[in-house]
Amino acid sequence: MKLKTALLGAAASLILAPAAFAERGTDGEVRILYAQAVSTMNAYLSSGTKDVEVGSLVLEPLAGFNEKGEVIPRLVTEIPSLENGGISEDLKSITWKIIPGLKWSDGTPFTAHDAVFTANYCMDPAGGCAQLARYEGVDKVEALDDLTVKVSFHEPKPNPFMAFVGATSPILQAAQFANCTGANASTCTEENFKPIGTGPFRVTEFRTNDTVMLEANPNYRDPAKPAFATALVKGGGDATAAARAVMETGEFDYAWNTQISPELQEELAGAGKGQFVNAFGTLVERIEMNMTDPSPNLPEGERSTAAHPHPILSDIRVRKALSMAIDRQILVDIGYGEAGRPTCNLVPAPELYASDNTDCLTQDMEGAKALLAEAGWTDTDGDGILDKDGEKLSLVYQTSVNAIRQDFQAIIKQWWNELGVEVELKTVDPSVFFGGDAGSPDTFQKFYADVEMYANNFDGTDPEPYLAQYTCDKAPKPESQWQGENINRFCDPEYDALIKQLTATGDMEERSALAKRLNDMLTKDSYVIVPIVDRGRLSAHSNTLGGVVLNTWDSEIWNASDWFRIK
Amino acid sequence: MTETTTAIRPPRNQWWDVWDQFKTHKGALVGLTIFITILLGITIGPWLWDMAPTYVDLRARNKGFSMAHPLGTDQLGRDLLARMMAGGKVSLSVGLTAMALAVSLGTTIGVLAGYFKKLESPLMRLTDLFLALPLLPLLLLMVTLFREPLSQRFGPEGGIFLLIVTAIGATSWMQTARIVRGEVLAIKEREFVLAARSIGTPARRMVLRHILPNVMSPIMVSATLGIATAIITESALSFLGLGFPPDFPTWGRLLFDAVDQIQLYPMRVVLPGIAISLTVLSVNYIGDGLRDALDPRIRGR
Repeated sequence: MKLKTALLGAAASLILAPAAFAERGTDGEVRILYAQAVSTMNAYLSSGTKDVEVGSLVLEPLAGFNEKGEVIPRLVTEIPSLENGGISEDLKSITWKIIPGLKWSDGTPFTAHDAVFTANYCMDPAGGCAQLARYEGVDKVEALDDLTVKVSFHEPKPNPFMAFVGATSPILQAAQFANCTGANASTCTEENFKPIGTGPFRVTEFRTNDTVMLEANPNYRDPAKPAFATALVKGGGDATAAARAVMETGEFDYAWNTQISPELQEELAGAGKGQFVNAFGTLVERIEMNMTDPSPNLPEGERSTAAHPHPILSDIRVRKALSMAIDRQILVDIGYGEAGRPTCNLVPAPELYASDNTDCLTQDMEGAKALLAEAGWTDTDGDGILDKDGEKLSLVYQTSVNAIRQDFQAIIKQWWNELGVEVELKTVDPSVFFGGDAGSPDTFQKFYADVEMYANNFDGTDPEPYLAQYTCDKAPKPESQWQGENINRFCDPEYDALIKQLTATGDMEERSALAKRLNDMLTKDSYVIVPIVDRGRLSAHSNTLGGVVLNTWDSEIWNASDWFRIK
Repeated sequence: MTETTTAIRPPRNQWWDVWDQFKTHKGALVGLTIFITILLGITIGPWLWDMAPTYVDLRARNKGFSMAHPLGTDQLGRDLLARMMAGGKVSLSVGLTAMALAVSLGTTIGVLAGYFKKLESPLMRLTDLFLALPLLPLLLLMVTLFREPLSQRFGPEGGIFLLIVTAIGATSWMQTARIVRGEVLAIKEREFVLAARSIGTPARRMVLRHILPNVMSPIMVSATLGIATAIITESALSFLGLGFPPDFPTWGRLLFDAVDQIQLYPMRVVLPGIAISLTVLSVNYIGDGLRDALDPRIRGR
């Protein structure tokens, strides 16, 4: 089978290469390995990253994000802004201008009507669109003429780059998908497997959950690209096997998401066939402090609610001391290697919104001890555990079952023990921990522990919805069936007021300043959230594959059209 | 004539006969030696090697065999020898206690169901019910409901120990019950039971004196198998996060923790693996020897 695909690929490249344009298709085949196999090419029918990303080789949005998180044009002439009039003064609409003469891979012209069709396709209530969030708040999408698309919103939208921006919101061809709307969406197998697109490649063969064979799109807008005549995307295996296939055996040119242990990273990097590339998004592993009392002695319904402030962690000095005792660099070295970096920020990226807060990066044991003493915690009975007013400084530290998290628990426990803090570790099955079942006492929302550790990130480049999760009213409580994103039950009227201000601000500079301020309020000013590691994305590519730029804001293979073979 | 040829042996405890028979089984003897060695290792070992199994030493990560760490260290620099001993203590106590619980429960139910006609149907249906219960969701439920109250009362380790032992014991007695019931049914119809009944032996004595000794061998076999299952179930539970907290090492947890590094540091998987296999194997051999030794029909032949 492998031999067969290889032969097919070789044959295809032989046939295609002479027929190709000037530079297009001169570099043979590029072989990409996805540890999770692709099941559809249509991003609107799958929330799986692998489907969205491989689909992005064929289907393109009007605009995308570059590696810095900035919006870049793909199918449009320029990015709409307040200055060029593309975004209306009231922030309620955005107008896109499509590049004239653009063609689908079948040779037919690309028009504004395709974009209108796509929006209606996804917003069809019968369709169950997986990317509906990107069209949230959209009132209507209309084609002003063949090359102009106008998206209107119900409310002013300071960040209008949602619909038609990024790999999760590509344009489908109206002619091809005309009969696939609503309830028919998932039954259109042929269309979903072999969509007609504007991207650098088009599908020649699609084997569900196995292999996708692609060839260069003859009508791609840049006649010199892509450099590869064919592409093969193979699915299956796991991260370790994928990393080996690129770094050790050289069977593949590119492997997606090779999250492996630092030791293995080092070993494979020494093999000399490839290299790891990393990029950092917004995924932050953090310790969350419970601001309310989780004591099991409280009646059910009052545990971990605002009715009872936490007896120990309500004191900022204790929270700060706990943060100071952590050496984040060591944790990164042990758990993530290349795929992580220490951080003190809840919003570590994009650059525009990242605060310059770095004061937590150095471990300060003595300082932490002094801080606890200042807060009145001393070891009066000589058992090695600090106490105050007869109460011991004892914490329950929970997280989900995960090898790296258990290592972190063990190390952090030891540091905290050194301070004189007694720590009881607890692990919960991830499906329960993140399951959100209001009936289970072990969910991260219920937070029946003093501190807990997990990772979270936000979608896209705008941190507003993410920061807005920490307003008073979003605390999980029995009345809300324990749903809510304000896991710490952090509550500060000033914070709520700033969030309101952020929602109403359109100017980028001001938004950035506000977001940084909010980030600092949660982290260095209050230590309610103690970020530990900024977890990046780690992929591997062969030394002979050039042009790879990893991107966490869009599809990881967003610039596959620029890839080439290093000879 | 026979009196002159047979020397009259002094009266002696029947357990000496059992031991004599047991000694003839080579495998059982080897198994017993290994098992006792392991037991001594995990009980006396920590006195001789007093390194804390949870002490993280970041300067000594991923070390191989050395004088400072005879079995090396793990990815956090924790001493593996200390962890193996601490882990063995937990694993073995869980295995032995859960097995004892399961076997006594299973034997009681099996004997009652086999001996008393009226009880047979309800008890065996109960057994079927337990067999049909999905084990994992049941354990999940038990852990969710009882973990906190128990760890409050008995401490995080004691509470979870009780919980796990009960959980494993309460969900693995069914096979023993079925086997014992079958044996009891067969023995009940034998002449010596009839004879005993004819002289008016009460049911209690009948069971304890005549039936139980005769079903001892299948019970022994299922008990030895039970230890193995209990150790393995505990490992699985630890893996799912339902078992002991991560700072209490068990063999199963050591094994699962090391799986990620199996290619780089194979010894970390091999060591707890060997420990589990050796224990299970030796216990099985002991069981085999005991079965032969306890069976009066084989003994003395």
